Amino acid sequence: MKFSEKWLREWVNPNLDTEALVEKLTNAGLEVDAVEPVAGEFSGVKVGQVKTVVPHPDADKLRLTTVDVGEAELLSIVCGASNVREGLKIPVAVIGSVLPGNFKIKQAKLRGVPSFGMLCSAKELGLAESADGLMELAEEAPVGADFRDYLNLDDVSIDIDLTPNRSDCLGVAGVAREVGVLTSTDVTAVDCSEVKATSDKTFAVTVSASAACPRYLGRVIEGINPEAETPVWMQEKLRRSGLRSLGPVVDVTNYVMLEWGQPMHAFDLDTLNGGIQVRMGKAGEKLTLLDGQEIDINPETLLICDENAPLALAGIMGGEGSGVTDSTKNLFLEAAFFSPDAIAGKARSYGLHTDSSHRFERGVDPELAQQAMQRATALLLEIVGGQAGPVTEIVSADDLPQPAIITLREERIKRVLGLALEAEEVSEQLTRLGLDLKRENASWQVTVPSFRFDLSIEVDLIEELGRLYGYDKLPQTRPQGTVLTSNITETETQLERLQNLLVDRGFYEAVTYSFVEPKLHALLAETELAPIKLANPISADLSVMRTSLWPGLMQALVYNANRQHDRVRLFEVGRVFKGTLDNIEQHRQIGGVVYGSRQPEQWSEKERTVDFFDAKADVEALLAVAGGDIRFEAEAHAALHPGQSARIYKDGKAIGWLGALHPKLNKPVDIEGRVYLFEISLSAVLQSEIPAFTPLSKFPAIRRDLALLVDDSIKAGQIEDCLSKVDSDILKAFQLFDVYSGDGVEVGKKSLAVAFQLQHGERTLTDEEVDALIKTVTETLEQSVGATIRS
Amino acid sequence: MNGGNMAELASQLQALEDITAAARQAVAEAKDNRALDDVRVEYLGKKGKITAYLKELGNVGVEERPVIGKSVNLAKQEVTSLVEQRGKALTQAAMDAALKAETVDVTLPGRNSEVGGLHPVTRTLQRIERYFRNIGFDVAEGPEIEDSHHNFTALNIPETHPARAMHDTFYFDADKLLRTHTSPVQIRVMEEQQPPLRLIAPGRVYRCDSDLTHTPMFHQVEGLMVDENISFTDLKGVLSDFLQAFFEKPLKVRFRPSYFPFTEPSAEADIECVICGGEGCRVCSHTGWIEILGCGMVHPNVFEHVNIDSEKYLGFAFGLGVERMAMLRYGVNDLRLFFDNDLRFLKQFS
Repeated sequence: MKFSEKWLREWVNPNLDTEALVEKLTNAGLEVDAVEPVAGEFSGVKVGQVKTVVPHPDADKLRLTTVDVGEAELLSIVCGASNVREGLKIPVAVIGSVLPGNFKIKQAKLRGVPSFGMLCSAKELGLAESADGLMELAEEAPVGADFRDYLNLDDVSIDIDLTPNRSDCLGVAGVAREVGVLTSTDVTAVDCSEVKATSDKTFAVTVSASAACPRYLGRVIEGINPEAETPVWMQEKLRRSGLRSLGPVVDVTNYVMLEWGQPMHAFDLDTLNGGIQVRMGKAGEKLTLLDGQEIDINPETLLICDENAPLALAGIMGGEGSGVTDSTKNLFLEAAFFSPDAIAGKARSYGLHTDSSHRFERGVDPELAQQAMQRATALLLEIVGGQAGPVTEIVSADDLPQPAIITLREERIKRVLGLALEAEEVSEQLTRLGLDLKRENASWQVTVPSFRFDLSIEVDLIEELGRLYGYDKLPQTRPQGTVLTSNITETETQLERLQNLLVDRGFYEAVTYSFVEPKLHALLAETELAPIKLANPISADLSVMRTSLWPGLMQALVYNANRQHDRVRLFEVGRVFKGTLDNIEQHRQIGGVVYGSRQPEQWSEKERTVDFFDAKADVEALLAVAGGDIRFEAEAHAALHPGQSARIYKDGKAIGWLGALHPKLNKPVDIEGRVYLFEISLSAVLQSEIPAFTPLSKFPAIRRDLALLVDDSIKAGQIEDCLSKVDSDILKAFQLFDVYSGDGVEVGKKSLAVAFQLQHGERTLTDEEVDALIKTVTETLEQSVGATIRS
Repeated sequence: MNGGNMAELASQLQALEDITAAARQAVAEAKDNRALDDVRVEYLGKKGKITAYLKELGNVGVEERPVIGKSVNLAKQEVTSLVEQRGKALTQAAMDAALKAETVDVTLPGRNSEVGGLHPVTRTLQRIERYFRNIGFDVAEGPEIEDSHHNFTALNIPETHPARAMHDTFYFDADKLLRTHTSPVQIRVMEEQQPPLRLIAPGRVYRCDSDLTHTPMFHQVEGLMVDENISFTDLKGVLSDFLQAFFEKPLKVRFRPSYFPFTEPSAEADIECVICGGEGCRVCSHTGWIEILGCGMVHPNVFEHVNIDSEKYLGFAFGLGVERMAMLRYGVNDLRLFFDNDLRFLKQFS
């Protein structure tokens, strides 16, 4: 809601300057978004009248004028505007005037002809964003008057960002009422008394959709003057509210809307057939709107129609064929109450949003239509003349909102606000708001006036009391409440632990969008996963929900690689979205990308690019936090190098992937060099076991090393599996410490060196025991993986 | 003692002196402990020259014997002592040389790889979470693909409510959507648990809006406290304390009436501009205040949707934008930087 401060002060004029007034409004919940001067900063500009116009001797586009600015002599001014003509009244910047931007007007020569001032456009005075030609003033503008005084330009536009519940303030009258309450100042309303009919002309109205339109008022005004113009004062008020002047009839309906918050509509009576019908739409109906677009009517839309066809979308926008034009002589004026439920969402469904729909969908005072009709009639008769007929009013009392009667309890005020308000204060504040109170024991029966249709339950009133008391004056307290118990679940690892672990290993955390580009997603996701699509993505680049963190991480990698980062390690924690809309899985994952040299470039170590096992070390470190039985299996993933791709299992359950980006994808994703990727289900690494203590042995441990010769195809994991199955109390641990093939090892074979740690809990081991175990181990290995001992 | 013996004695002593002199020189010339040990063996060993000389005492007369014996002992003592001193000196020199050889340029960087850093959003979330955990709040989570019931209807935002239009929602179909705020987590928790409740719900939220000051995804923290006697003054207290703790400054906090369908009374909290200290600057649009969070007392209709008795229980809820908090805390001037993942940006928070 944007309006001129001076307009507001015509209604209510508290003893506060603009700044204090604005602060008052903001602190009361009517947040002032902007306060802007209604004109540029200028001085010395006068109202002038062009007396003569002759062509410039040396320039086609310039003209020589003489201008009356109320002084003894006419001023000679050279002017380039095409609309300059004799008799025209315009703003004139005389010598010594200062225009916006500190532009001082001096005597000048234009193409050899002296000029004693400047005729101004609205743009040059900061009154409009753009202008084509001089600003044309009304005929009655007083020549010689100070232009600022003439248009009352020492004013500001106040723009309030109203919350949806306060549509009662979508008119100057509502804001004035609020300011009156906030500053205890009297409000002077404009006269809306009945304008008596001077003709008996009516136009029939039938309302069949009475629930959607509980009240409809119509009035005929005949014989208006199509030549009439909107008075300057009205044009200026409209302009200061951000509305353009569109001719006197439309201007009056807009003016009444801005003044009272009641949207109105004027039809050209001569285009209407039969009578007005307020009804719901029918399938197949069409309507061409004022803005020229043709729409297909949805049957749930409330329409204003005549006998033949729809004329307007009720409360939203009029139609092209029935609107007021330059030649309209007879009017049918509408002021109605459309139920918010009937209008809400409808404008949006047609891609529209109008000043009218904005008000009706939030709510308009159901008792306002009569006042607005009288006010509009009075203004129209004053500006365009004509004969007004009697008002036709169709009301469905049962469908009109009933004034709410609310019980307000003293004790409840204290519980909600945290402060007990004096009973007198409560009744005084609410009475000031226009509410009617009846005291009953420790409570009140409160009747709400029709203009505060937002107040319907007890807490609505408590909010009003808090607001008027001042949120800032309410004390601050610390809550008194039950002391709650809380669990400290040891098996739950904190996410922070994992994040810090990766950070300590050189990773930076990235946060990428949860929606990604479908093409990139298809390249990097598991083949069988079709992503869930957004119906209204912000762009094609961000149109499907990720099933993996890799597309986002890859984009972040490419972004940085393109900015001269040749070593990148990024990780992200976030949800991925799998399944279908009926059955969505949205679990958190932790994933990373590893790229470039293993260490930052430095003086001591030879540079080496990362390989699979560097990335695996990071993953193993992550997995070690929660522990469990972890296995890496060579499995294929569409986005990974077939020879460097591992699926990760924990306790037999697949929990993630690790591998090198498939080389065929380097080009499509636009990255050079090896990229390693990993991604693990977060829940799998946030659950651990509680440690169980085993006593420390006092007896020495023995280490035995074995060099095993196996086929190349045998994986280290198979040997580990096999050794894990050896049933022995004394085999405490084993570790693979060398892998070798080449000289001295048969082609097709490799040598693996394994260290065994042996220990007994209660005594020193004997050589026999050790030898027996080593024998068991060798036999097991021989049987299951064909290993022979290399001597 | 006759003259001949005297002469013999003198020549013997001279010979001893010659050996001792040679030993002195040899000790002095020994380059290292091994050479010194050779010298020690050469003169003092079982077959050493001084030892051998001592063995020849038998050939001297009884009278001369004590004289020569004493001299030999003195010589032995002297050489032993010299060897010892030289040994110490050589050990010290060897240590000095080794230390010198092993001296490194301690200003060269260490060998290990760099330490990375958390995203500033995470850093900010962790501080917020820590604060609220400390005052007894739990951390709750909810789905990001939500249904319109939890995102809107249960929060007292019916189908046709203008607030739905204000939310710029990403939809999948008529019902499923990307949550536009973290408030649906309130509903999900209250559907499962009865009061007393204290929780925060951090997470990603989505709005179909992208320009200089909006990104289609950002983070919020929702807060909820429900108990039998929770009032608006408690809301003011908890949030003022939090904001001052977060910014580690005794900032002025201002509460203004506002409107959210799911709270009443509703408020917006402003803090004194952290950039200009309330003087007025570009960041605060010259007002001296910065809008920081929305809050209010849980609306009775919301309690009704989750079957909590609004006569018995009262509660407050709040929602704050994490990126905004991070921007103010660290002076970041462009929201979009949070999602570019530019290492030059991320490295500033490590």
